[in-house]
Amino acid sequence: MSPETVTAPAASPVKTERTQARARAARNRKYLVLASRVALLFAVLGLWEWLARAAVIDPFNFSMPSKIWDQIHTWVVDGTAQGSLWEQIWYTLYEALLGWIIGVVAGVLLGIALGRIRFLADVLGPYIKVLNALPRIVLAPIFLIWFGLGPASKVASAVVLVFFPVFFNAFQGAREVDRNLVANSRILGASNRQVTFQVVIPSATSWIFTSLHVSFGFALIGAIVGEYIGATKGLGLLVAASQGTFNAAGVYAAMAILAVVALLAEGLLTFLEKRLFRWKPAESGADR
Amino acid sequence: MNSQTSPAIELRGASKAFRTPSGALHTAVRDLDLTVGRGEFVAVVGPTGCGKSTTLTLVSGLEEPTEGEVLVAGEPVRGIGDKVGFVFQQDAVFPWRTVLSNVMAGPRFRGVPKAEAKERAREWLARVGLSSFEDRYPHQLSGGMRKRVALAATFVNDPEILLMDEPFSALDVQTRALMSDELLELWAGTGASVVFVTHDLEESIALADKVVVMTAGPATVKEVFEIDLPRPRKVEQVRMEPRFIEIYREIWSSLGEEVRITRERGAVNVA
Ligand SMILES: Nc1ncnc2c1ncn2[C@@H]1O[C@H](COP(=O)(O)OP(=O)(O)OP(=O)(O)O)[C@@H](O)[C@H]1O
Ligand SMILES: [Mg+2]
Repeated sequence: MSPETVTAPAASPVKTERTQARARAARNRKYLVLASRVALLFAVLGLWEWLARAAVIDPFNFSMPSKIWDQIHTWVVDGTAQGSLWEQIWYTLYEALLGWIIGVVAGVLLGIALGRIRFLADVLGPYIKVLNALPRIVLAPIFLIWFGLGPASKVASAVVLVFFPVFFNAFQGAREVDRNLVANSRILGASNRQVTFQVVIPSATSWIFTSLHVSFGFALIGAIVGEYIGATKGLGLLVAASQGTFNAAGVYAAMAILAVVALLAEGLLTFLEKRLFRWKPAESGADR
Repeated sequence: MNSQTSPAIELRGASKAFRTPSGALHTAVRDLDLTVGRGEFVAVVGPTGCGKSTTLTLVSGLEEPTEGEVLVAGEPVRGIGDKVGFVFQQDAVFPWRTVLSNVMAGPRFRGVPKAEAKERAREWLARVGLSSFEDRYPHQLSGGMRKRVALAATFVNDPEILLMDEPFSALDVQTRALMSDELLELWAGTGASVVFVTHDLEESIALADKVVVMTAGPATVKEVFEIDLPRPRKVEQVRMEPRFIEIYREIWSSLGEEVRITRERGAVNVA
């Protein structure tokens, strides 16, 4: 049910009661879902802890939640072997963000350009398909050779991972613009440039935004893999270092930190998207 | 003939064929001869799918004829001119712009300063009765309201040639009558030449100087009827007049045949 039914002024006292009951039911359901989620989390963590302590699974390989928590605590309080934890997070975020921005800008520009200019699309299309078919993560070692241990090589791996999904979505978005809208704007007097900037780009934004969500995850992967292969700072290095000292808890702890970082970034994007798409009808019946 | 005396729109033996996905050629209109005088109001009626919308796209310059010539003000049409306004059959408002911004789009595209564009847009929104909705987005409007936004967005450009593709078909009956009267007033004020496509024969007679009946597709002009009802007209009153009914019968006997042909063809295709 849409929120309107809940807040609509009721015509009669009978209705008011029913409306209230419905609101209460909706609220109760929300709490129930939330409580079940928390319970599930604790059940899984508890089971893991118990299995590890009872030595059903090997605690050396699988670690256990309490040890992971201790590891995070140690990192936060005493710092890591490479410096403070915040510095590692910052490095990874910085590389991912820079790679993401470069990849997104390049992807959007090229996608829109190819979507609008038939000739370019016909000429470049096959090459882009070939590049996309490459498993791009194998480029990370090459970037390490080219750009060294510093952030540049990680930024480069993030860029190649981000570019393609963004490019294809922008391209598709520019291609699928409502022909009527383009015709109408041309009749109203829009130049080619105006059609691109005021019709094609706005209608492609929802396509582009879908790819932004996915691609930020890719940027993080690019940065982490780059760091894992060779770096002086970063969460990926933390994973590599923990692995090198057979510290399973360290690997898991770094993963947990990464998950939190990724979720925060995702939340920020969703917030921006809501601000940007005020013109869109609200999704009906979706609670997320 | 110079551009002062030549008719507003002239189609000379114009044909348009589309390539279908299977690669075959589909002729939408063929050998079309049509003249619209300056300041004349011409209504076009014809069976569904016969090629009325296609005819308008030829005049607007959105499409080029495969054969023949299309002249606007004595000049062959090359691309989209700035004299033409086009109200499309399908919804064509910008969903990401507010109502006011939608109506401002035309003047802004043509380089009118923002303040002036806003003023003109507000004027037109008042005329179509949407002043209090200027901050809404199209998805928050009813279908009829969106159509009125489209009308305002077209009129705000002061077109000399007005192409209208079933502009009122989405409106309720009352609004439709109001809008028709409003259109007649506007048209009388601007002296624009109008080509008005409709399925509603009554509407076409009430509005136009000339009703063009098209054949079943591929369309060509079947017959042209002069409407000698006096102006100014009020659409709700004029349709009661005996002469109106007489004209209606006459045109319907011509149009009905084409509608029947189209329907029979459809039945054969389905079978
Ligand atoms: N872009 C296109 N490609 C291929 N065929 C087309 C195209 N546009 C129109 N046609 C075909 O041309 C014919 C005429 O179409 P048109 O839209 O002009 O009809 P219409 O008279 O406006 O019909 P209606 O009254 O239903 O709006 C139809 O058979 C249609 O399928
Ligand atoms: Mg049509």
